[in-house]
Amino acid sequence: MILNQFLLLAAILFCLGVYGALARRNAVLVLMSIELILNSVNINLVAFGAYHGNLSGEVFALFIIAVAAAEVGIGLAIVLLIYRNRRSIDLNQADLMKG
Amino acid sequence: MSLATPMTEVPVEEHGAETGHALVTEMYQPTGFFLENVWIIPAVMAVSFLIILFFGKRFAKKGSEVGLAAIGISWVLAVITGIQWISQRGKVPEAEGSGEHAAGALLAAGEEATEGAEIGINAVVRTITWWSNGGIDFPVGTLVDGLTIMMLFVVTSISLLVHVYSTDYVAGDRRYTHFFAFLSLFTAAMLFFVVSENIIQMIVGWELVGVCSFVLIGHWWEDQENSDAALKAFLTNRVGDVGLLVGMIMLFWAAGTFETLDINRMINNGEIGHTTLLIASLSLLAAVMSKSGQFVLHTWLPDAMAGPTPVSALIHAATMVVAGVYMVARLYPVFYEGMSISGSSINALAVIGSITVVFGGLLAFVQDDIKKVLAYSTISQLGYMILALGVGAWTAAMFHLFTHAFFKAGLFLGAGSVSHSVHSFDMKKEMGGLRKFMPTTYKTFVVSSLALAGVFPLAGFWSKDEILVGTGGWGLFGGTGGNGAYTLMLVMGIVGAALTGAYMTRVIYLTFFGEFRGHGTPHESGKRITTPLIILAGMAAVAGLLNLPAGFITGSHDGWQERFGHYVEPTADYFPAISHGIPSYSLAIVSSLIAFAGIGYAYYYYFVKVAAQSPTATELSSGLTSTNKVAKAGHTLLKNKYYLDHLYTGIITGFTKGPLAKSTYWFNQNVIDRTVDNVGRGAVKGGQFIYDKVDQGFIDGAVNATGTASQGAGQELRLMQNGRVQRYATFLFVAATILAGIFTVIV
Repeated sequence: MILNQFLLLAAILFCLGVYGALARRNAVLVLMSIELILNSVNINLVAFGAYHGNLSGEVFALFIIAVAAAEVGIGLAIVLLIYRNRRSIDLNQADLMKG
Repeated sequence: MSLATPMTEVPVEEHGAETGHALVTEMYQPTGFFLENVWIIPAVMAVSFLIILFFGKRFAKKGSEVGLAAIGISWVLAVITGIQWISQRGKVPEAEGSGEHAAGALLAAGEEATEGAEIGINAVVRTITWWSNGGIDFPVGTLVDGLTIMMLFVVTSISLLVHVYSTDYVAGDRRYTHFFAFLSLFTAAMLFFVVSENIIQMIVGWELVGVCSFVLIGHWWEDQENSDAALKAFLTNRVGDVGLLVGMIMLFWAAGTFETLDINRMINNGEIGHTTLLIASLSLLAAVMSKSGQFVLHTWLPDAMAGPTPVSALIHAATMVVAGVYMVARLYPVFYEGMSISGSSINALAVIGSITVVFGGLLAFVQDDIKKVLAYSTISQLGYMILALGVGAWTAAMFHLFTHAFFKAGLFLGAGSVSHSVHSFDMKKEMGGLRKFMPTTYKTFVVSSLALAGVFPLAGFWSKDEILVGTGGWGLFGGTGGNGAYTLMLVMGIVGAALTGAYMTRVIYLTFFGEFRGHGTPHESGKRITTPLIILAGMAAVAGLLNLPAGFITGSHDGWQERFGHYVEPTADYFPAISHGIPSYSLAIVSSLIAFAGIGYAYYYYFVKVAAQSPTATELSSGLTSTNKVAKAGHTLLKNKYYLDHLYTGIITGFTKGPLAKSTYWFNQNVIDRTVDNVGRGAVKGGQFIYDKVDQGFIDGAVNATGTASQGAGQELRLMQNGRVQRYATFLFVAATILAGIFTVIV
């Protein structure tokens, strides 16, 4: 069992996801980056589950996939509403909460 | 199943060794389809509730036929279950005949032990684990023993008659279907409560019947008065429910299990400390006081008469209000040990019960509303049951519960029949002389009243006499027995008997004698109302024969005497070793004479003196209350129900918003303010000095500096709150990374 490779892949995906979530201005791309983060976690779970011969990891991964689907649904709905209201999905312009 | 092979159980022997008497060393485990599947009975009623609620209006008779069919099935099942129990009970040989059973209790414990073991009969318990959490199992199941069988019979019988009665009484009501749905739900909840096997289930059943009571009292909620009464019943019961929860939780932590019988066994084996049991039993007593209308928390019960009369008969006379009594009986070891019932002469349970007997009875005198008289009478009779449990007369309490259910339901339904024809409950304004118009109602009402007053040989005589015997404080009348010398309770019980006779005589005169004072022509009610009345009056007349005292028929030991006690009272290790009093003729005669004195005095007052004044008179114009100061004061006190309602709404709630607030204000204005003023004046002088030197110079400077600093910091920090989500996310990630680093280093 080559655990390291999976963990490395997950770490790379995680970093890409974090970068996308922090640096991208397009709301849809930010959502996609968040998916990347979640899936990197999934890879970790499945990898450790297989490594320990324990099904819990896979089960949790399935739960996370289901939750992520719901989350992205809500996220896209919000993005759609922002677009209808402001004709733009640039996150820099969505700063109504400015202190 | 046909073999009566006794099974030996281990914990039983420990119990016998611990307490020293009632040596039940062998146990017989009864079996039978209906005993094991008793859950069907409440389930039938629950299904009926759902059907009526969702589809009731589509039926030809608006759902009432569903309720009637369901309660009919339940009743038949309850009777079959009862027969099965009796046949199983018969397989256990009686030790030496019930006639000498009581005599055996008199003998020293050691002597009984030499007579050899008595074979006990176990309860039929079926349990499944509902769910488990943190290693604690929450079971759900059924428990059948004699007590359950008795309650099943009482609840289904009264409910069946009330269902029949209601088809006529609430006919044409705007919420007819709804009414029958909730009658079904109530019956289901009550049956669920009596078959419950553990204390969690008991709490659930207890609350369910409370909710049904709330809904049915407020059946005509369009009138503010009715919905207020419903709320009052609900809220007063909540006060007691706190006690119920506290008590049950204490029992759970003390015993480590929810199973009623296991808790009882542990207490009998002395595994739970006395102090714990004392506190638990006092907490549970609060619940009993609210549910079973014991004095100081009884005030909701008379108001609950705002509900339809069949509801009052079923819920507020025969079944729900005895839930508290049932709970004490089911968890009897808790009270028996906790309150040290054995060998004592006073305890909280007996005191509350005896006060309720007398105070409830006195209140019944001043009510003009026929249902309220009956409500106070119910309170008084519930007091008898609690008194009996308090003095250790378990069987007497259960027997009184049994007989009371019949004659009190009969009285309530009779009152309903009267009001159905005169459209009022006011005895003084709208009734009088009804015996000519409503002969059936009149006859059944009189029979039930005599049974209530304890006139030989009707039901009330036997059960009340048994309670008085059980007080054990009757050395005055010869004989011995009982669990202690409860002389005070004996006296209160006898006084209560006299009061009962007197107020029932008053009700009968005001309702059925003299001239009719209302308007219109009253008429006898229909068959569906009078048939239940006749059945209930019949039961009120003969139910007492089920538990003839031992030795009443000389020379015959079993067959006829103490049948009720024989089948209902547990003889297993989950029941405390109570001793039974021996009946005495002189006590029976004296208590009967006192009851007759009560009846006689009221008869003389109403039937002779008031009737002589004028046929429409309701009280003497120059009666005791208008001439004697003390009597008048007493009358006013009773009229105002000992000012308890004033205490609760006027004083306890009013005090916090009225006088308490005012006096606090006064205290504030005159004491605190003046002190403050004086202190202030002195302080001003000192302050001036300090102001000039310390404040302006040093403190102000510091404050100003702090202000400036925080303003500056705020200005800087404000920039962080720039509304850009991604900036926030960056902070989050950075913080998380730093924390992760710290934890990695530390751990």
